[in-house]
Amino acid sequence: MSFLDASSMTGGYGAADILHDCTLKVEKGQIAVIVGPNGAGKSTAMKAVFGMLRLRAGKVTLDGDDITALSPQERVRKGMGFVPQVNNVFPTMSVEENLEMGAFIRTDDFRDTMEQVYDLFPILREKRFQNAGELSGGQRQQVAVGRALMTKPKLLMLDEPTAGVSPIVMDELFDRIIEVARTGISILMVEQNARQALEIADMGYVLVQGANRYTDTGAALMADPEVRRTFLGG
Amino acid sequence: MDILNALVAILNYVVVPATAYGAQLALGALGVTLIYGILRFSNFAHGDTMAFGTAITILITWALQSAGIGFGPLPTALIALPFGIAATALLVLGTDKIVYSYYRKVRAAPVVLTMVSVGVMFLMNGLTRLLIGVDEIKFADGARFLISAQEFKKATGLAEPLAIRSTQAITVITAAIVVAALFWFLAKTRTGKSMRAFSDNEDLALLSGINPSRVVAMTWIIAAALATIAGTLYGLDKSFKAFNYFQLLLPVFAAAIVGGLGNPLGAIAGGFIIAYSEVAVTYAWKKVAMYLIPGFQPDSLLQLLSTEYKFAVSFTILIIVLLFKPTGLFKGKSV
Ligand SMILES: Nc1ncnc2c1ncn2[C@@H]1O[C@H](COP(=O)(O)OP(=O)(O)OP(=O)(O)O)[C@@H](O)[C@H]1O
Ligand SMILES: [Mg+2]
Repeated sequence: MSFLDASSMTGGYGAADILHDCTLKVEKGQIAVIVGPNGAGKSTAMKAVFGMLRLRAGKVTLDGDDITALSPQERVRKGMGFVPQVNNVFPTMSVEENLEMGAFIRTDDFRDTMEQVYDLFPILREKRFQNAGELSGGQRQQVAVGRALMTKPKLLMLDEPTAGVSPIVMDELFDRIIEVARTGISILMVEQNARQALEIADMGYVLVQGANRYTDTGAALMADPEVRRTFLGG
Repeated sequence: MDILNALVAILNYVVVPATAYGAQLALGALGVTLIYGILRFSNFAHGDTMAFGTAITILITWALQSAGIGFGPLPTALIALPFGIAATALLVLGTDKIVYSYYRKVRAAPVVLTMVSVGVMFLMNGLTRLLIGVDEIKFADGARFLISAQEFKKATGLAEPLAIRSTQAITVITAAIVVAALFWFLAKTRTGKSMRAFSDNEDLALLSGINPSRVVAMTWIIAAALATIAGTLYGLDKSFKAFNYFQLLLPVFAAAIVGGLGNPLGAIAGGFIIAYSEVAVTYAWKKVAMYLIPGFQPDSLLQLLSTEYKFAVSFTILIIVLLFKPTGLFKGKSV
């Protein structure tokens, strides 16, 4: 069984379903990437996996445990970390305070983890006393990822971590994400930059209208002429 | 000599009273701004929360006095203050449980919560009047003056007196201690930081495992403490009258909005801006002008507005700020 196994998720915000029988899986220490057109339900699928959406059908298991009925907070305690697409930092709090809030549920000493985050994103160490709201887009995304890492999650979920950053910063961020995966953390990531994301993906999911359209390894999807033509722009 | 006399007159009639009043407004505005930042609505019941807290403090002061307990040169009300705070905290926590929590659960719009707070305001208003009546009450005891007018004139030989009442000194010192404690709490403690996080980004705070009911309860307790302290200091400095506290709502809100709603530093600045403007605009500057300009004999008092119109000052500043800087002078949330 996969480390994260979210099978046949069906549900939405109100009466109408957004997700239709959507399935996402991530293996231990691997990177899974969700791509698809705007409004396909990628963010909705992330919320469903994280327990922010009531599912009408489907099941989510993490490391073999059924977590379908758990609240987002309980899922954090179970080892999930989530970086939302928007509003993912505390803007009037310093970088360091953002990280502290990430570790809010921890009762042990988290200074080691903070050092690890600073090692991963050295710019954050430099800006530790600056308010997160005053940072550049790329730096803010690093704060957001760092905040989620503070609970030492086993599964890190990122919703468009490279949104609004320059190509150079995007490559940087992808490198960091690979580094995180190398430490054994599984990663489930939504990406607008489909090509670059599938290049680093172990598994790729193409979502269209809330349903799985293509599911394969990142390399296979990149090689599929049909996928290339419709979703990767040739 | 005349310049010194002018300076002393300004100190005596503007700076000293406005500083004390500003400190009282700042404490009131801090409560309003905290509730706005964290619970996300304008709490119109804050003036009457101040009145209720002060009323309880006065009742306990009377009980202490009749038991022969005093505080030396300091007002007995300072001993009664913690009890007043505790009672007020219980009242607002009860109100939250019975009234506000429901509207949070149904995710009511902020304006709905504000209207609800108007209802709560009328209830608290009635409760306070039932408890202590509608009359004016003076409850300051202990030493009257830190510096008396007579002593000052004798010591300096100036024609103008300078008096600092002990309640004014106590107001400023207490306010400084309270503000320092509040800022330390918000900046350094885990609970304080979690409150700021909740105010900054509620959804992310929830994702981080911050317990919303704890944040809400802490906010009410701190607001109750600020309201009771502000109300008691105002009552010691002037007098207690339930209706006056209801009227205080306007300058308190003006202070919070001028400073930038949700921004504690702004609330303090706003309190002093409103207080200084109110006192300066309603002060008769004739005497000062005569000292400064030799031979000048104005026919009028050189008073911009008579004191009955002092609330117009808050309104005017409020409108000017909202027109030109809707988020307040310090960065607050837009109203
Ligand atoms: N909070 C919400 N309430 C109701 N409907 C919503 C909500 N959020 C999203 N939707 C709807 O759900 C559908 C899927 O939106 P979602 O945000 O999941 O798409 P997405 O694939 O993440 O798009 P994007 O690439 O723009 O981020 C859209 O039709 C959207 O209008
Ligand atoms: Mg999205």
